[in-house]
Amino acid sequence: MRVVLAEDSVLLREGLVRLLGSAGIEVVAAVSDAEGLLRAVDEHVPDLVVTDVRMPPSHTDEGLRAALVLRRQRPTLAILVLSQYVEERYATQLLSTATSGIGYLLKDRVADVEEFLDALRRIAAGGTALDPEVVAQLLLRRHSDPLDRLTRREHEVLALIAEGRSNTGIAEALVVSESAVGKHINNIFTKLDLPGADKDHRRVLAVLRFLKV
Amino acid sequence: MTGIEMTTPWERISAHWSTRAWLRTAHLVTGVPIALLGTTVIGALVAASVALVWTVVVPVAALLLFFWVVRLLTLVQRSRFAAFLDVDILPVPRRSLSMNPFKRLLQEARTRSTWRRLGYHLLTPLISGIGAASVVGAWAGGLVTAALAVRHWAMDETWPSLVFVLVSGTLLVAGPWVARGFATLDMIAAEALLGPSLSDQLAQRVETLRESRTGVVDAADAERRRIERDLHDGTQQRLVSLAMNLGMARATLTDLPEPAREVIVQAHEEAKQALKELRDLVRGLHPAVLNDQGLDAALSGLAARAPFPVRLSVDISERVSPTVEAVAFFVVSEALTNITKHAGASGAEVVVDRLGDRLHVAVSDDGRGGADPDRGTGLRGLSRRVGSVDGILYVDSPLGGPTTIRVELPCA
Repeated sequence: MRVVLAEDSVLLREGLVRLLGSAGIEVVAAVSDAEGLLRAVDEHVPDLVVTDVRMPPSHTDEGLRAALVLRRQRPTLAILVLSQYVEERYATQLLSTATSGIGYLLKDRVADVEEFLDALRRIAAGGTALDPEVVAQLLLRRHSDPLDRLTRREHEVLALIAEGRSNTGIAEALVVSESAVGKHINNIFTKLDLPGADKDHRRVLAVLRFLKV
Repeated sequence: MTGIEMTTPWERISAHWSTRAWLRTAHLVTGVPIALLGTTVIGALVAASVALVWTVVVPVAALLLFFWVVRLLTLVQRSRFAAFLDVDILPVPRRSLSMNPFKRLLQEARTRSTWRRLGYHLLTPLISGIGAASVVGAWAGGLVTAALAVRHWAMDETWPSLVFVLVSGTLLVAGPWVARGFATLDMIAAEALLGPSLSDQLAQRVETLRESRTGVVDAADAERRRIERDLHDGTQQRLVSLAMNLGMARATLTDLPEPAREVIVQAHEEAKQALKELRDLVRGLHPAVLNDQGLDAALSGLAARAPFPVRLSVDISERVSPTVEAVAFFVVSEALTNITKHAGASGAEVVVDRLGDRLHVAVSDDGRGGADPDRGTGLRGLSRRVGSVDGILYVDSPLGGPTTIRVELPCA
């Protein structure tokens, strides 16, 4: 996997390069601002972009805006946005472009090395990785309409789907059997009026409904 | 004024006729022509506007000129006081006047200081006139009687000569006192009528205080933002890096002895906990999303983090100042924290909208009520923060609920 990394803190940039390198992921370019990121992507055409939100020159949300630009230019490029803080507003902006190959995580998550690398691979494979904290925000915010019909357990399952986990991953996280997860998911599809069609597509639709994007 | 050291009796006596006495005399004497000219012009303008009132144009022009003359005379009089008496009559703070002549006339006529100034200009012929006459009379009388005394002495008439010496001496000694008395009287009148009135002074003081307080509040807010930035860009990055390195150590150093592994695991967990605490702290200080995306985005994050459903409606067409945004955010944040801690509510509603130049924030819940701004630091802190930008806080919280906190913030 070839990665372009954008992070303005030298300490963290070098740390991330080391971390990814140790996992056998090749960092083809490590830049410190959004402009550099756009150029590096043009030059290297990576499989995955990992970018900080807050970067020079204005130190607000240029990383996020660069991600949106990249998303428009290259719809298939997988992007992981890392941020010092997560806000649902940023998440909905990011997800409004597409819900595959996209991730939005707190920077803190890099501390849990295995989980972080897991999320990285998931995104590169076209999956999603949303920070549990964003998901919690979105979950609390969406407390009306069809979603109200879901039970608590079904909510939890849906939240994990939104984070981008597989059925196996969900079963592990909730400490239930995989078939139980399958049953919950079917209930969710029914309650959200998502009949028939192929399974993966319904998964995405459920997440979209969940996120209201 | 009293800084002159007087050592010998002679110096004390001669000081009685010092420059100061002559300047006071000059002040009174120059007052006479100015006063006469002023009253004449004022009288002529008033007479013209009364006599030609039917032409409309003439009285309007004359009255505009009249108010202008009042201001000009005030300027002249203030320089007279500054030049001769070294007294600074403070100017009355000027308000901006309309360009419409009728509106302008009304504005001038409604300004009380205009009429106080006019009062002085009509009074000053009297003070200057009597004052100048008395002082000049005293000096002249003193000199004339001195001359008479010399003449009588020359004619060997001792007694009349002595009488004239006595009269002359009295007048020459009294001169400076008379000058001082009238000059002081003039000064009191000028300070009372030309200077700013108590309410003018208070108004200016309030304006100054308001400006300086706005500066302090803005500075405090900017400081909060700076601390937030520093923590995000410095401390937090370092902590993330530390936690990441510990995480890598934890993941790779699997063949360490158990105690060493345990230390690494614990350090890793603590670093993550510290990160979480830092994040919460920074968010409470000043959320970055507030700067980047405004109140709506920041409040929706806040509402989403509350442990109960919060309905949020934000209706602001354009962003208000960062300070007001920060206060509004703080209000909602504090209110939701209070609801979480005390209200036992099952839900809350936050409404933010802008009516004219006021931002309205309302937070209501269906909890048990009984919130009292006089007890507990939460509401008091809120009220202080709201007051710092001249906002108003209303708390309606009957026992048994529901509670509504409404805040009005000026945001012109």
